[in-house]
Amino acid sequence: MATLPRSEIEIIEQFGPHLAHMHGARLETNAEAERLVKTHCCFCGQQCGIQLKVKDNAVIGFEPWYDFPFNKGMLCPKGVKRYLQGAHPDRLLTALQRDVNAPGGFSPMDYSAAIGKVAQAIETIQSTHGANAFGILSGASLTTEKTYLMGKFAHMCLKTSNIDYNGRLCMVSAGAGNKKAFGVDRAANPWEDMLHTDVVWISGANVAECAPITTNYVWQARENGAKIIVVDPRITPIARTCDLFLPIKPGRDIALFNGILHLMIENDWLDHEFIDNHTIGFEEVAAHVKEWTPRRTAEVTGISERAIHQAAEIWGTARTSFLTHARGIEHHTHGVQNVLGAINMVLASGRIGRPNCGYATITGQANGQGGREHGQKCDQLPGGRDLGNPEHRAHIAKIWDMDEREMPQPGVDAYEIFRKIDAGEIKGLLSICFNPLVSLPDSDFVKRALGKLDFYVAIDFFLNDTARHADIVLPGSLHEEDEGTVTQVEGRVIKINKAIDCPGDARQDWIIIQDIAKALGREKGFTFASPREVWDELRVASKGWINDYSGISYEKIVAQNGVFWPCPSDDHPGTPRLFEPGSWNPIAQGNGPFYFPDGKARFNVAPYTPPAEDIDNEYPLILTTGRVISQFLSGTQTRRIGPLVDQYPEPRLELHPQLAEKLGINDGDWATAQSRRGEITLRAQVVRTIRPDTIFVPYHWAGQKSINRLTIAAQDPISKIPEYKVCAVRLAKAAAPPEYAGKLEPQQ
Amino acid sequence: MAVPERNEFFIDPSRCIGCQACVQACSECDTHKGHSMIHLEFVNRAWSTQTVPVVCMHCDSPTCAEVCPADAIKKSGDGVVQTARKPRCIACNNCVLACPFGVPKMNTGAELMMKCDMCYDRTSEGKKPMCASVCPSQALFFGTREEVESLRLRSRPVNHFKFGNQEISTKVSMLVPRETQAEYLDVTSAMNEKTSGQVVFLNMFEE
Repeated sequence: MATLPRSEIEIIEQFGPHLAHMHGARLETNAEAERLVKTHCCFCGQQCGIQLKVKDNAVIGFEPWYDFPFNKGMLCPKGVKRYLQGAHPDRLLTALQRDVNAPGGFSPMDYSAAIGKVAQAIETIQSTHGANAFGILSGASLTTEKTYLMGKFAHMCLKTSNIDYNGRLCMVSAGAGNKKAFGVDRAANPWEDMLHTDVVWISGANVAECAPITTNYVWQARENGAKIIVVDPRITPIARTCDLFLPIKPGRDIALFNGILHLMIENDWLDHEFIDNHTIGFEEVAAHVKEWTPRRTAEVTGISERAIHQAAEIWGTARTSFLTHARGIEHHTHGVQNVLGAINMVLASGRIGRPNCGYATITGQANGQGGREHGQKCDQLPGGRDLGNPEHRAHIAKIWDMDEREMPQPGVDAYEIFRKIDAGEIKGLLSICFNPLVSLPDSDFVKRALGKLDFYVAIDFFLNDTARHADIVLPGSLHEEDEGTVTQVEGRVIKINKAIDCPGDARQDWIIIQDIAKALGREKGFTFASPREVWDELRVASKGWINDYSGISYEKIVAQNGVFWPCPSDDHPGTPRLFEPGSWNPIAQGNGPFYFPDGKARFNVAPYTPPAEDIDNEYPLILTTGRVISQFLSGTQTRRIGPLVDQYPEPRLELHPQLAEKLGINDGDWATAQSRRGEITLRAQVVRTIRPDTIFVPYHWAGQKSINRLTIAAQDPISKIPEYKVCAVRLAKAAAPPEYAGKLEPQQ
Repeated sequence: MAVPERNEFFIDPSRCIGCQACVQACSECDTHKGHSMIHLEFVNRAWSTQTVPVVCMHCDSPTCAEVCPADAIKKSGDGVVQTARKPRCIACNNCVLACPFGVPKMNTGAELMMKCDMCYDRTSEGKKPMCASVCPSQALFFGTREEVESLRLRSRPVNHFKFGNQEISTKVSMLVPRETQAEYLDVTSAMNEKTSGQVVFLNMFEE
């Protein structure tokens, strides 16, 4: 029944997003905290250490945590104001049921009755249409314990193939590329390895706004003598003072990487010893990049030949280096190929597995790393095992004490789940930590698909934009209301600590999931009494394979300020740097440092293909999307925090003055962008910091302010990541202000 | 973590990414909760993402105090210029208009001039100021001269400024490129310079 119960504006009036500002104890200049709780920020993958000030079961502020090694007290504005999400007027304090007669379209419901209704709906749908007719969408901002439980819930309790997670929109291209090249998916180095390198190469990563704490690592590297190369269609704050900026045309990264490798080979800027002894596949790649001359590279990428030569020389002649990338190269229909191209450059240089020689993707979500390792991905089992592998299935089935034959086969990715809903194959849906109506591309399709569900239950602490379509909403827990672990950007497992209790009828997500299992009469395997019990089972389940957490206890995490996996035994200190000469892993068994039977890394031919939807006369401009620093992902939390909304209230459409002049658009004018899927009217921001053939819009907003109504649902064939970073649009000065102007507050 | 007493405040605008962590953290400071005393502005957003953070420079001879008709602005023994004394401040705005760095803010609701006091409640207890604690780029840095010498290899601190004929020495230092010879920063003439980032911009479209 997943349509809106009342008009959007009525739902917003009741459930927000409304803004929380400092008030009460949070504004008192002499409010003494009862205690300081050491934990981490709830937002991005940097996972800055922070101390929350707690008084009367509320978080009233923060104090920097100077001793946490990654950020040493540093925080971005989101981390500073994160505490305002607590005691929020929009907080869900009871279960809700869809009720067209209630104000805002939902009425409060007894928690147990709501759980009963959910179980009944699951039972009905699965007995009528089969186990796979019920789907689950989970998220990578959950603790690793919860992500493990979500995978187990799908594969053991519901026995559905159809579970996937919002990391599908973030980390999967990097993950797939890393698996193909290294056999393992984790940042190869701790960030400390950035500090004393000759060159830091940043491709498609708006470091200053999306991974702010990494900024100081980059700047410190520069103080120590590193050259900074930034590849981006926009002159982002990190690019402003870099040594070499390559203004790449969106979607052409692989051409650049191939072009650089071409020049490395031509000038013999290669580590032959490393290539010969520790890799395979170089000859094929070398043959492939032969055609990527500087001229052809320049034609395809839009970067000058001179700059390509400069970049190749800086990279090629360096003794040490750290290459890093993010969604800018990964959000493409050839995202995996882009990643492989970047890795080819690293492997040819031989600069990996040693101090000051690094490579890493910058993971986006809080638990972007841990959340992609332990079984909530559609084809995965704990420890990074494969759901399609008979041995892996048997291994996990034994730990779970279930019949392996009852374990479902691999399912489909998050977007395909919506296509299956649209096709009538999936009738019921449970979502947690995911707001697909804002975050998935071509979101009008997502909205139509939601309308076809027989039953939809959402677990969240606020009524997020997608949850407005739910039949039942269960009140989950905020980050500071539960404990557990996450694995941050470097692969360091850290401890999230509980600061306060859940308010009202809200409860910790792992309790909600177990309550559903119990109401279904399938509580076997779902009787954990604490996150620590889940963790201890996860450690056992991960043992012996790639993502080995077996030696990581809560106590060790606290004692060491985090433990890098793999950590295969109690006396193992963890592994900050991967691929060190002589290192052991369960795949190579001592044959070499990389995670293949022969211990060697793989070069992969990475052919260039244009974006799925290139520009043409009808839609002559490239739309690219991304983030701003004061908002996070779909904004469920950050669009409710007043000071963050004040900082950047509404999405603006960035365009170059050359384009603006041609179209008669002035800074601050309303401008309308149209793609083949939808249109949007926003205020223009005319800046020289973007390519003239490209426009940029951040994606954190919902409804008529959501740029994902225009983006394309084309996906990478391997990783299934959507192509957020390129689609074709046309642009014009708006005939009139948009319908929402003056009706909705900026964050709504 | 206790910090050494010899800590000083340094600003390196070339590091600033405009994230406003300092602005947001300043309003969490216990002495002026809810009010941010930091100024952070784009120099010219149409041309560049360059931003400049401004905290109180804590002048040796503070212009704000010199122009105050009510003698409301005091300097602590260790050189920190304080927010106006509430019982004395007459909210005349002289300090706001006169400060060459544009630091003091008039809180019209409270009829009180408020300004950055280098987190006196924190620094007097050996803690770092809020802004320099959180700053992700460390454009705002609180540490010793020795730390600056060893960490900021490209820079050197300058704490003499010229605004037209007015010369000012400050407790807070600005980091400038190490190879520059200048003994003071001529702020008035620097106002005619282009925003940084334009070299990058030219690289983008020259060919």
